[in-house]
Amino acid sequence: MATLKVSSHVPSPSEDAEQLKSAFDDRACSFTDLIVSVLDLEDLIFFDYLGFHSQIRDSHCHGSKSVNFLDLTFDFCEGWGTNEDLIISILAHRSAEQRKLIRQTYHEACGEDLLKTLDKELTSDFERAILLWTLEPGERDALLANEATKRWTSSNQVLMEVACTRTSTQLLHARQAYHARYKKSIEEDVAHHTTGDFRKLLVSLVSSYRYEGDEVNMTLAKQEAKLIHEKIKDKHYSDEDVIRILSTRSKAQINATFNRYQDEHGEEILKSLEEGDEDDKFLGLLRSTIQCLTRPELYFVDVLRSAINKTGTDEGALTRIVTTRAEIDLKVIGEEYQRRNSIPLEKAITKDTRGDYEKMLVALLGEDDA
Amino acid sequence: MAHTLDLEGITKAISGMGVEEGALISTLGNSHKDHRKLFRKASKSFFVEDEERAFEKCHDHFVKHLKIEFSRFTNAVVMWSMHPWERDARLVKKALKKGDEAYNLIVEVSCTRSSEDLLGARKAYHSLFDQSMEEDIASHVHGSQRKLLVGLVSAYRYEGKEVKESSAKSDAKILAEAVASSGERAIENDEVVRILSTRSKLHLEHLYKHFNQIKGSDLLGGVSESSLINEALLCLLKPSVYFSKILNASLNKDADKGTKKWLTRVFVTRADHSDMKDIAEEYNQLYGEPLAQTIQEKIKGNYRDFLLTLLSKSN
Repeated sequence: MATLKVSSHVPSPSEDAEQLKSAFDDRACSFTDLIVSVLDLEDLIFFDYLGFHSQIRDSHCHGSKSVNFLDLTFDFCEGWGTNEDLIISILAHRSAEQRKLIRQTYHEACGEDLLKTLDKELTSDFERAILLWTLEPGERDALLANEATKRWTSSNQVLMEVACTRTSTQLLHARQAYHARYKKSIEEDVAHHTTGDFRKLLVSLVSSYRYEGDEVNMTLAKQEAKLIHEKIKDKHYSDEDVIRILSTRSKAQINATFNRYQDEHGEEILKSLEEGDEDDKFLGLLRSTIQCLTRPELYFVDVLRSAINKTGTDEGALTRIVTTRAEIDLKVIGEEYQRRNSIPLEKAITKDTRGDYEKMLVALLGEDDA
Repeated sequence: MAHTLDLEGITKAISGMGVEEGALISTLGNSHKDHRKLFRKASKSFFVEDEERAFEKCHDHFVKHLKIEFSRFTNAVVMWSMHPWERDARLVKKALKKGDEAYNLIVEVSCTRSSEDLLGARKAYHSLFDQSMEEDIASHVHGSQRKLLVGLVSAYRYEGKEVKESSAKSDAKILAEAVASSGERAIENDEVVRILSTRSKLHLEHLYKHFNQIKGSDLLGGVSESSLINEALLCLLKPSVYFSKILNASLNKDADKGTKKWLTRVFVTRADHSDMKDIAEEYNQLYGEPLAQTIQEKIKGNYRDFLLTLLSKSN
């Protein structure tokens, strides 16, 4: 279930666009401006971006004192923060269709793409969250996929996530948006930037157009469960048939197949796959693929948990999941998260994030008071 | 008795492709039973004399032949009325059932249709057969062609005007090397499959130019030992040439039953597109005779008239 909260009386797109414009007009400064205005730069001895701790000259005692910039910024943001609140209060409470209209109206009224303005005015994590959120789902997925083909590491996971947790229609929209935005097809980029087993699996997954009905062929499920069992026993994880089944069968059929697998062999497929080498990245991807196709909410809980618990928090993953699932199944994910971690998702997030970024996420979780 | 039957006329009316319905009505339909007896006695290819029992038996193939030739028009009409997506979905399904020899049909559908039309065919496939096109192909094709065929039908190619020249050039080199080194296993080569099944047609056109420069030979001159690869290349780069060639094959008097059916398929599937005109021009260039003329001479009856109408529609 979605967590997005939209009130029954929503202002018109032009009213929203007006409000957003005023939010930007009042916003005269960026983080850097803030620092400059807070301190005389001559006082700044050492500025640590990551730790937010710094040394500044203390003109009063001819020494230096350490300052936590984050706290300082918050003090200032109390006064400055209103406008981000306005931005959040509008955008975080509109559906995809509504956001699309706002974007159009804003462009007509102000002559600039709303996203460009957001890019200019906002900073880092918050900006990223707003950017992802404001994009239409198809464009969003196209952006995520394109970024994933450029970086090297956990990008494979993002590609698989987009390909497997979207409906066939949603994936199709992503492919269309990809053409429009990048003048290429998603599959050609994925193919070009991956090799070997990863390419085999990922290209097939992003090119799939799965049947979405509930019809299931039990005989086939039995056959394919057996086939998969044999391949896994011999550790042939990247076998063509395994990839074929995972990337072409409907989700209903795949679920039936793995249920059958469990009946026949007394253990879940994911358990069987734990036997493999922990460092085998392909095996890891394969397991995530299966999880995404059968129990996506559990996959998301796992990713969220490691994103939040990592020192420093993996904002990328956190932002991505909250913005892409808020309108789909974030509620179910939240419930599952609490069940497994004994702490509400919202609490885990507020413990580890701050400022407007935190406010945005909380709003998308439907937990703010707006 | 009235005038004798024009035996030659009737035989002509039912030989070849299509049937001269009008002639049959006015001659055979209008005939006296004694004349028909003479017809049967004289048509040694269609009837065999049972001398012991004093009657002329039908050859099996007489009935079969008539069935096939009469149904060409019917099939053309049914196919023409169908939504193009359903048409293509059914073509692919049929090809899968037939097996190896029909896989060129899958290549044809996936490579000559626009991205939207191919997607439409995949949608129709969901609706008609309760499964996805790629899953059906993947589970029916077990040999080396599986990768390429699944890849080709899963493509959703970019159709815009932008091309990255350096990519096209490097792909040309990769393709050249892959085809040269893999021989008949080229069809399974990952790079070959990647290039053929993900790149836009415009990209492939640029690739084509670079390939010919690099190798000094024509990419479309049967570069690979695999006929499916050659066919995919031709369909993607020069569909009019491809269609002209299969039209020519279908019109050959020694063509087999299956090949003859290609005639209907090409006309019905291309008549709505601007390239029917190109196909006719290409045919003329390749074979020295206007397509319309060939149809006029070799095809009979309603079937001929239908094809000619489809052809003139696109001019």
